[in-house]
Amino acid sequence: MQKIYFLMLLGIVFNVPANAALRIFSCEPEWAALAKEIGNDKVDVTSATTPDQDVHYIQARPSLIAQMRRADLVVCTGADLEVGWLPVLLRQGGNAKVQPGQDGFFDASSAVQLLEVPTSVDRSMGDVHPYGNPHLQLDPHNIAKVAAALAARMEKLDAADASLFQQRSTDFLLRWNQAIDKWTQDGAGLKGMQIVTHHRSYVYLDHWLGLEEIGSLEPKPGIEPTTGHLAQLLDQVKNKHVKAIVRSSYQDSRASDWLSSRTGIKAIVLPHTAGSVPEAKDLFAMFDVIIARLNEANK
Amino acid sequence: MHRFSHAGRRAAHLTMFTCLLSCVTAIAPRPVAAQGAITSNAFNPALSLILDGKYTNYSRDPRDYQISGVLLGEEAGLPSRGLSLGETELAASANVDDKFYGQVTLSISDNDEKTDLNVEEAFVQTTTLPQGLTARAGKFLSDIGYQNSKHSHTWDFADQPLVYRALLGEQFGDTGVQLKWVAPTALFVELGGEAFRGSEFPASGAGHDGVGAYTAFAHLGGDVGDTHSWRAGVSYLDTDAVNRESTLPSDDIVAFTGQSRVWIADAIWKWADHGNPKTRNFVLQGEYLRRKESGNLATRLATAAYDGTQSGFYVQGVYQFMPRWRAGVRYDRLSADNTVGPLPIATPLSDDRDPSRVTAMVDFSNSEFSRLRLQLADDRSRARSDRQLILQYVFSLGAHGAHQF
Repeated sequence: MQKIYFLMLLGIVFNVPANAALRIFSCEPEWAALAKEIGNDKVDVTSATTPDQDVHYIQARPSLIAQMRRADLVVCTGADLEVGWLPVLLRQGGNAKVQPGQDGFFDASSAVQLLEVPTSVDRSMGDVHPYGNPHLQLDPHNIAKVAAALAARMEKLDAADASLFQQRSTDFLLRWNQAIDKWTQDGAGLKGMQIVTHHRSYVYLDHWLGLEEIGSLEPKPGIEPTTGHLAQLLDQVKNKHVKAIVRSSYQDSRASDWLSSRTGIKAIVLPHTAGSVPEAKDLFAMFDVIIARLNEANK
Repeated sequence: MHRFSHAGRRAAHLTMFTCLLSCVTAIAPRPVAAQGAITSNAFNPALSLILDGKYTNYSRDPRDYQISGVLLGEEAGLPSRGLSLGETELAASANVDDKFYGQVTLSISDNDEKTDLNVEEAFVQTTTLPQGLTARAGKFLSDIGYQNSKHSHTWDFADQPLVYRALLGEQFGDTGVQLKWVAPTALFVELGGEAFRGSEFPASGAGHDGVGAYTAFAHLGGDVGDTHSWRAGVSYLDTDAVNRESTLPSDDIVAFTGQSRVWIADAIWKWADHGNPKTRNFVLQGEYLRRKESGNLATRLATAAYDGTQSGFYVQGVYQFMPRWRAGVRYDRLSADNTVGPLPIATPLSDDRDPSRVTAMVDFSNSEFSRLRLQLADDRSRARSDRQLILQYVFSLGAHGAHQF
């Protein structure tokens, strides 16, 4: 009996894996969904954040430190999106495999070209990101680039399942590129559509579909909407043909609703990640919903 | 803490000046390198400056401050009356190389008589030890308890819980080494121990050839659903004090030599609306500390045996009721059971009453980098109640702060 307890203790101390699945710590649900597309049952994926959370404002909770400790691969957006908490988790998790520079650390922003890289930064501009706008997942072309790079990394880390990952990622990219063609076609009428957004988190969507962003509900990135700024925005949109006030599921609806009630412009929630609205359960459905809701508002 | 000699202080001023100059240059609006461009300062550590200022008003003279039942450390006490500058903190941190991380926090305090530059933290820590281990060496705030390792700009109130002020001299940090281990389990389990020089309160005099304080701690934590999270822990601190001086309001000095041991139990529970603390969140936090001291007390004229047990707790709740606005209340209570031999002067150790304090605060944060706070307290540390008002600003410049739990 004592021997069994001793072996159990050894198992706990030396982290004997219960199964051989690649353990992935994803900072955001979209990368968790992508890793699952590629790895299926050969990966054990957890997302550090939920769609209801503002990824900028996460605390290094004990549960996240524990997840970080056990991860084989950390997949995050990067570009300083998680600057407030990811470095703390990396320092406190005691996990050598997933430190930046190791194969176990994957930075999605390194696979894409970032937009809005500022030429100078100052906090008076709000919570700006010096490396560029990090909300890169809203251009499906970026998802494709990240998928290819992520699959290559997973193959490197788990040689036993490499061929499966390769096969699944090829299949995913095939279906994804067909879907991009369809979304681009369905969204062709959105070019030049004017929108107001809550936070500057839709620039990649604007860039892809040709949407024209007239203003933001936030006076500065990361600063909550104020009455003064909203009044100014009200004046600004009067002479325009703004079709939608766009926010994400984690953002407070009051500012959107206020502007909507005074202008008659529709306030809509666009999914910003997998699972953020009930219909957008995976990455494909997420863009289906985005295109459908924008088309609906643009009528 | 070090008190600078005159010449030393001048040198400190000079270093501070050059440092501030270069730091301000480093954090002023600056061009960002285009993708691919390498600049000579690309490897500069992340720099941040904390600006802290207060206006305080007390119904009683803060220079007479003491807490019944304990002898205070030299760091413990109230900020001076009226307009004052708190600790201006300058922090730099970066990965040293692929195996080490380093961090320095200097605090500059400026009051009527002098400007002090203190090394609050200066440590290196490993990033690639196997099996969940992390080792640290240098000067740092101990990981005992919950509140102890928090820097003052992250506190939810303008001052420390009474029990921290009384038993740990506001907070315990010293020069030493630390080893921590995180278990590979879904439940957060962290075990650790530290060995310190033993020169900071409640230790003093760097006994045992400069290894005079030891700690051990265990922390557990996790989530309950998407909206609740918690952490709880127990800690132990064992120190030796050699001539640990406390200055009484009468200006008499009492020096303690002996053993001082502290036990801590801490718990914190957090709730966030839909798991998103940015909109609405609530934090409930409490700690119990118990300290046993035995040895002797020396005054200028006499020495007496001293055995004391002092304990206390605080419990506080802070509610962010809308984005940017928070309100909180805190209750502190202490009690002591001391046996002191005959001394020619009266000390607070023989005050037979239980100190308590009730604090309320409301604060506003325009962004993550700025906070304005109003705090009111009814402090019964002394025989008669002291009504305290604190208006405070805490601003941070430069690198993005860490969102510690």
